[in-house]
Amino acid sequence: MSDHKQMRIVKEIKVDLDKCVACRACEVACSGFHASPKYSSFNPARSRIRLIMDMLKDVYVPVRAGEYTPAECTGRHSFKINGKEYAECSFCPTSCPSRDLFKEPDSGLPLKCDMCEGEKIPLCVQVCRPGALTYVEREEERVEELKLGDMEIGLQSLVNRYGLQSVLDSVTRISIKS
Amino acid sequence: MRYAETGFNLEIDLSQGSIRRVATDVTLTKRHLGGQGTAAKILWDNVPPEIEPFSPDNLLIFSSGLLNGTPVPGANRTSVSTFSPLTNLYVNSLMGGWFGPELKYAGYDKIIIRGTSPGLVYLYINNDKVEIRDASHLQGKGCQETAALLQQELKDPKIQVAAIGLAGENKVLMATIDHANSSASRHGVGAVMGSKRLKAIAVRGTNDLYVSSPAELWDMCKNKYQEIYDNKNCGDPMAHDHNEGFHVDNFAWGNARTRRQGYWNKEREGKWVSKWKQVRTRDSGCYNCPKDCHYSISYPGRHKYFLKCFSKLTYCMAAFEEIDFNYDILGVTSAYGLDGFSTPQVLAFAVELYEAGILTDKDLPDFPSDGAGRFFYLVEKIVRREGIGDVLANGVYAAARQIGNGAEAFDHNTTKKVEQVPLKLGVINYPFYLMYCTGEKMNITQIEGSFPQAPIADPEKRKAFVENWDAAPEKFKKWYLEWEPRQHMPIEASVNVCDWNEAMHYIDDAIGTCAWLSSFRGQFGGSPPYHLFNLPEFISLASGLDLDLEELLEISRRNRNLIRSLNIRRGLRRIDEKPPEDHWKKRDPEMEQKHLDAYYEFKGWTNDAIPTKETLDGLGLDYVSNDFITRGILTGTEVTLTKEDSDGKIGAPKSEGC
Repeated sequence: MSDHKQMRIVKEIKVDLDKCVACRACEVACSGFHASPKYSSFNPARSRIRLIMDMLKDVYVPVRAGEYTPAECTGRHSFKINGKEYAECSFCPTSCPSRDLFKEPDSGLPLKCDMCEGEKIPLCVQVCRPGALTYVEREEERVEELKLGDMEIGLQSLVNRYGLQSVLDSVTRISIKS
Repeated sequence: MRYAETGFNLEIDLSQGSIRRVATDVTLTKRHLGGQGTAAKILWDNVPPEIEPFSPDNLLIFSSGLLNGTPVPGANRTSVSTFSPLTNLYVNSLMGGWFGPELKYAGYDKIIIRGTSPGLVYLYINNDKVEIRDASHLQGKGCQETAALLQQELKDPKIQVAAIGLAGENKVLMATIDHANSSASRHGVGAVMGSKRLKAIAVRGTNDLYVSSPAELWDMCKNKYQEIYDNKNCGDPMAHDHNEGFHVDNFAWGNARTRRQGYWNKEREGKWVSKWKQVRTRDSGCYNCPKDCHYSISYPGRHKYFLKCFSKLTYCMAAFEEIDFNYDILGVTSAYGLDGFSTPQVLAFAVELYEAGILTDKDLPDFPSDGAGRFFYLVEKIVRREGIGDVLANGVYAAARQIGNGAEAFDHNTTKKVEQVPLKLGVINYPFYLMYCTGEKMNITQIEGSFPQAPIADPEKRKAFVENWDAAPEKFKKWYLEWEPRQHMPIEASVNVCDWNEAMHYIDDAIGTCAWLSSFRGQFGGSPPYHLFNLPEFISLASGLDLDLEELLEISRRNRNLIRSLNIRRGLRRIDEKPPEDHWKKRDPEMEQKHLDAYYEFKGWTNDAIPTKETLDGLGLDYVSNDFITRGILTGTEVTLTKEDSDGKIGAPKSEGC
């Protein structure tokens, strides 16, 4: 089984927390872009980027919606960076049952950032003039394993469990019988 | 379907504990836009002039601007409209931040509060769920602390809170309503909220807000972010400028009497900047605006607070102290919820009375001997209304009369009972004279702003300025070009300048755009991001109203005349319209009155500052003129002198190619 080398584009939004002025234009633009028709309505609760914000603690963290998870974490963790305390989940992008973030307000269905498909630069970055959000694209070499077929997966698990020799012996026995 | 607005108001009666969601009439949006425009109409219809500001029947109205919640950058201002206990007249005090947009997303354009609650309560609005809740646990809590406690208690950090502090609870007439990094500070709106026993409003909204022309509006908005960010002539100029020479050398110290020219120097600048670096923790903006006009301050031993605008200097100048004291006392007054403009002047007034022997040790037992100590002492007395603090809490004008014994002479910096910016200047400036006299907001910073304060001396530079002055209608360019230093403009020009300046504020205050991007900022640099020539399109694309410049100006005039009428009905007349007596050293009473005459004529008002029936009816305010005639305020036969000039108002696009 040989691995394939592929080039792929990695889209990245870099976040500079110190430059965020808490305007939440990112939320405005995102919710407008994903409205139907585009820009016909605005509602930060539908935005796939949210500013986690605690003004009195100087906490401003724009977080982009990631994967949905059906269960909350087994534990929580919080961060202290340069003496500044960030509330638990401040950096977490997950749409998760433990909080009211990244869910459609009416249906509760999870929201996930799609990097504004069709746009060269995601909308949140386009409107973030203070420069808290910047966009970079880079090519990355990615080694992709060839995908195993059903039979190979089954055989591999038998090999793992009984050892290769035992599996070969069984296959030989079966072939002789038949 | 409604665009840019939700089409619903919340009506709360705190005496009855009732909550109603009321559909609004779209005709009123067409006539007044939103914000204070529609709020003024509600006050006209519901609060007769005999109602005292602290009466349960006075309304306290929180209005989102028409463009709040739309993508128009910087349209985030919330109006608080009511009748002021300081002046007994109409007040519209504004705050930035995130409150108005959140209210829209909750599904409401306004919160209209009537009545007085038996106990201290807060209002919790979470989309369709609206509750009046007990706030006894928040009694005496600071404004910022109250917001944090409510976000914790309601388990939602995205809730937006507007709250009063101890000053509001005790109905101090300098009390503010604070929200995040902003506050509605003027004329005692916090005291009205306190009189209703309403500690705070917590809002959370997750509904969509629709706009009329999605693609076209977004195209205009997305370019505006960059333009506003790059434009050095918008935003708060004081937020990032450390050369305070202009203010400390030219504005008055103490009780607005002493100028300290030459106070500013490099050494002092070094000290002040180093203190700023120690205490300033972060710059921040408001909803959907890339500017960072506010900054948070962490002063040792004080709650964290947000500093904005001129309150950067007001306390230290009033107390003759250094900058350190300003940062220190703001930590106290921000929590109590006290206006950073008027409070320092009330404190300085009290200190002057003490030094003059009018207030004595009997009034001020154990009064400290230093400026800082005295201010801290007085603040505690005032917010608790203890002893002499109970009198000072009524502001300079009323306190001077309550104290008597010559104290009235120390009230020299108020107009219409409102403490003015402590400025003492040389020769009268007629546009400013008119703005001080006739502005319904009383505070000059809320009236001035589109036309420069003085001519550029170099004619070439002046010409260049005018060539790039996209915000100005043609006739203002002509007047500015012809305006030579140390000369007065023609009366007609001064009147028009006053009219244009105030018109821009009336537009901002209806749609919620920030004055730092619009009405206040044209005077410095002449390139505000929003002006008469692009606002009609923004409003039209967002709301579907399809306005042109002349129609927008007509709405602005309608709102201006309705608000004037609210005050006329409460007794305001020409006799009240004058600037602080010694604001300018060189006055010319005859010319001043000529200007005032010309202004009233231009406005279509009587010689006694009352809009005529013709003016009112022309703006569709027949119900106002009828009321005036019924009450004997007008006979209905007064003549509008400016009939033939009515095309000459700033609208005037026909002849001037605006």
